[in-house]
This record gives sequence, C-alpha cells and structure tokens, in this order.
Amino acid sequence: MNARNEALIPHIAVITDVRLDTPDIKTFRVVTPDGKKAFDHRPGQCAMLSIPGVGEAMFSITSSPTNTEYMEFSIKKCGCVTEWLHQAEVGQQITIRGPYGNPFPVDTEFAGKNLLFIAGGVALAPLRSVINYVRHYKDRYGKIDIVYGARSKEDLLQYKEIMEEWVNDEGVTVHLTIDREQPEWDGHVGFVPNYVKELGFDTDKTVILCGPPIMIKFTLAGLTELGFEKKQVYTTLELKMKCAIGKCGRCNVGSKYVCKDGPVFRLDELDELPNEY
Amino acid sequence: MFKCSMESLNSVFAKISANAELYIPADNCDGKAVYTKWAEGVELSNQLNTVKSPKDFFFPQVEDMMAFKVEGKNIELIDIRKAQEDFVVFGVRACDVKAFEVLDNVFLVDPVDSYYAERREHGIIISVACGRPSETCFCQTFGIDAANPGGDITVWYADGNAYWQSNTEKGEKLLASLGLESCDSAAVDAEKAKIANIMKKLPLAELKADAFGGGKTMELFNRPEWKALSESCLGCGTCTFVCPTCQCYDVKEFNTGKGVVRFRCWDSCMYSDFTKCAHGNPRLSQVERFRQRFMHKLVYYPENNNGLFGCVGCGRCLAKCPISMNIVKVMKTLGGNA
Repeated sequence: MNARNEALIPHIAVITDVRLDTPDIKTFRVVTPDGKKAFDHRPGQCAMLSIPGVGEAMFSITSSPTNTEYMEFSIKKCGCVTEWLHQAEVGQQITIRGPYGNPFPVDTEFAGKNLLFIAGGVALAPLRSVINYVRHYKDRYGKIDIVYGARSKEDLLQYKEIMEEWVNDEGVTVHLTIDREQPEWDGHVGFVPNYVKELGFDTDKTVILCGPPIMIKFTLAGLTELGFEKKQVYTTLELKMKCAIGKCGRCNVGSKYVCKDGPVFRLDELDELPNEY
Repeated sequence: MFKCSMESLNSVFAKISANAELYIPADNCDGKAVYTKWAEGVELSNQLNTVKSPKDFFFPQVEDMMAFKVEGKNIELIDIRKAQEDFVVFGVRACDVKAFEVLDNVFLVDPVDSYYAERREHGIIISVACGRPSETCFCQTFGIDAANPGGDITVWYADGNAYWQSNTEKGEKLLASLGLESCDSAAVDAEKAKIANIMKKLPLAELKADAFGGGKTMELFNRPEWKALSESCLGCGTCTFVCPTCQCYDVKEFNTGKGVVRFRCWDSCMYSDFTKCAHGNPRLSQVERFRQRFMHKLVYYPENNNGLFGCVGCGRCLAKCPISMNIVKVMKTLGGNA
C-alpha cells in the first residue's frame, strides 16, 4: 500500500524560514526534506500541519500558487499547535497534508473584474495568496483595491511586502488603517468597516472579505449601504477540523462542511445556511 | 435457499470460523448482548440486538492510525497498519445493515477512508431477520424491512430451522462452502408475512419522517421547540456511542515513550468541546449541540445523500438515554405526527 496516496497520512516537511511578522504572528516557510514545494494548491486552499505529539490543525496557505519553490503559512499564536510552532526553529520538521477546500474562483468569476480585498488582522493570511496571485496575473483583472486594518502598525501582517511591493504595483491601491493613533503613523486611523464606507467604492467590484465575525458583520452592512449585493462578496471560513476531508463531522454549517464545501463561500450562499459559524 | 436445524447452528459456526474469524451476538456476564468472537462454547444470544451496534467492525471506537519517531528536529513517519484478514459477522439486524450504507456514504466517498474501506472489503455480513421486533423499533419509518435485512447473506429463523440465502457474490461463496441442505422458501415466506404483521402493530408503526429530509434546514433550524427538547439533555453522548450511524471522530496523539502514536476515536457532537477552537465555539450551548445531532440525521445527511436518512430506527438511543429524550420525541414534536 502506497502510504503517500492516503487521505489522512501526511508528508514530512521542514521549516526553512521563520519570520516574526507581528508580536503574535509568525510566517513559516515550508518545503519537503529534499527542498521542493510539498504540493500545488489554488488561492484560498488550506493545509493540515502537525507536530507529532502536539497535534494537527488546519491553516490557510498564505503564499501564492505562483510561488513554485515553497509554501508559506502566517500563523497567530493562540492554541497548542500554534504556540509550539512559534517556538520552532529553522530546520524543524513538521508534517503536512493537503491541499484542502475549494479555492477562490480566481480564474472564473474573478476574471476581468475589479477586485476589492478587505481584511482585518491575521485574516490577511488567507487573502495574501489571492492578492499575490492576481498581482502576478494582473492583466487578467481590472483595478485592485486592498483595504487592510489591524490594531496597530505593529499588528499589520506582511507590512514589508505591502510597502515594498503591493503599493508600487500599477493598478493596485492599498488602503491601510489602524485602530488607534500612534506616533510613527501618518496613515488612516479607524476601524475597517467605517474606512470602507468612507472610501465609498463603486459597486462594479467583486469583494473578497475576511476578518473576525464582528468585522465581517459591520463591513457587510457598510457595503450594503454602498449598494453592493451579497452575491458580489466572497469570504473564507474557519472552524475546528480534524480530518479535513468531510468525515470527522465537526466543521459543518448546516449540510456544508467548511473543509470540503468551503472554506470559500459567497455571502448569498452563506445566507442559505444556518448562522452557526 | 438453504437450511440447517437450529441445533446444528453451532456446527455451521464452527465451519465458518475454520476459515475466518466469526463474531456473533452473545450475552456477557452482565447479560448484555455483545458481538463476541465465536469459539466452541460461545452461545448465540436470544436478545433482539446488541447494546452497541456492529459499526466497530469497520469503524472501531479507538484505532491507531500511524506512528512517528521524533528525534531532535527530525520526524519519521511509520506505517503501523497490519493486513486485514477476512472476517464474518453473524446476526446483524436490518437496521444495522442499513447503517453500513449510511457509513459507506461518508467513508467510501472520495477521498476514501482507507482504514474503513480495508475492513469493509474483508468483512462478510450475515444478517438475521427480526422475528421479535421490539416496542422501540422504528426501522420501517425509514423504509427498512426487518423481514428482509440484506447483507451478504440473510438468515431467517422459522419452525426450528435457520434458512440461509445469499445476496452478494461474497455471500454466495461463503454459503456454498457450508454444505447446507437446499430447500424451498415456503417457511421463509410465512415468516416474512408474520414479521410484517408484527411490524404493523408496533407502537411506533405510524411514525413518519415526511416532515424531514434535505432542503428543510431553514424551516427546522429556527424552530422554538429545540429549547424545550434539549433542556434536560446531559450532553453525555450515550446516544452517539450506541448509534449505528454516528460517524464523528476525533484525532489524538499519545507518546508511548518510544514514539508518538496518532489514533482516532469516536467523538460526539453532544460534547461541549467538539467544535471549540482557538477563536471560539459556534455551538456554545446544549441547545445548539442537541439540534446539530438531530438536524444531521434528519436533514443535513439526507440533503447530501439523495434523501437517505441518517437514522435507521434501531431504537438504541430510546432504550439508553438517561433522561429518555430521543429522536422519536424530536420527530413527533417537530413533525407533528403520531
């Protein structure tokens, strides 16, 4: 029996780089022991990472599929597995399996559209793979706007990449905001939902929205005021998972399993499901 | 069709177990029927059904999946699975046979759960028709026929004999090897008619599932009755552990001192930490957890499986729930019938 083809049996991988992004988020670069990318994925898909003896958990793949050398995961310290990962050093082996879930429809529904990304805090992690994918294939899309907010400047994920790459791209506009004033910040101050309303976007955009539930709720209210419809808005969900293949039974929202029917949902699809996420 | 006398059943068991491990329902020291490996002296239970369902044969309560050797920063993955031998389970009732189909739709769909598939492939199911269905039985609500239980081979008990009929290639091969006496189906036809007659008179004979099924999520999810129905639920999970179709599992690890073993074990949506994750819990109270269990059986599962219900009416949860809450009460309250 070829163990490598089995759904629940992971591959060994190795951490080749650890970057402290914010006080509680680190970005890990992961490859196979012989230095290759563990598997191909599509923007928005996830992978199960584990440290034997500690546990296994689902993480969004934050690097773009256009990166053919390695995968990256931006991980916030908030539980057993993530705390362990945060103390891991370069050279540490872990296990990986995936990719899981449906990706954002980057080559179908998104094609030719103006895109508006809205993220709060660590929620930039799942959107970064989409953002870098559409930046890579920029001629396939219209204008790209990115609204991103965090508690403080230090809490902005991928700040270096945003300032050195994203803001310099033609056709890409980045709107950053932080919750409270701070000395070395001359950008916008305020919560993401209000900022989106202030910016007053045209409704010709497809929206990709991810953040804490409260941010999604108020941002959506703001978007509705601006005239956006739910079928224009995509998001990605996260629930407790064990198997990642729709069998262990815990990540369902109504009849849908986030691991295999999601994690990407359009908001009008979510409206047809119970509010249990 | 073949037959043997009830007295010679034991010698048939001996024949079967010469080639494969055979499990039959037998009473344990507490007088409870449990599937027991047959050996000379193990007696077939007279009880209608076993306390736990036979799902353990394919989806064990606890199962080691793989091992890891951890040395410094390095990890070695060790495949600890052993080749599965053929085995035979005798005495499975119609409800529990149907439950395998419910589980197959979960574990055998792509991506296939190879642990389950391997056991399913090597297991032979010999069902037994229910000559004495009980007052907690409601398999007929879900279109299951207690007189024709299916499986690889079906057995009927009638006028002091056991009648055997194969339903699959696997069953045919096994039955042919037993050297039983060939016979007509007259006694079995009479037995089936007798069972059908009893089924009509069961207290839950009129229970209907019409109010449930795919597409009813929003209609049923927000019903106010969930609160009163779940109020006394202890969250003990007994219903999920005796249930032949509950398939939720947890994945855990333990350090043996020589390495790490990753195993899975049954879990229950009735437990408070089932959906708890770092950012919170979408099912904070027992109302939500209780609702999830019944919505899954009666709405979500049929929605994803062409209308097949996730309950087979075995009645175990009716008999075992410490507060006497159960799926029948839920169906009667929400479905407004019987």
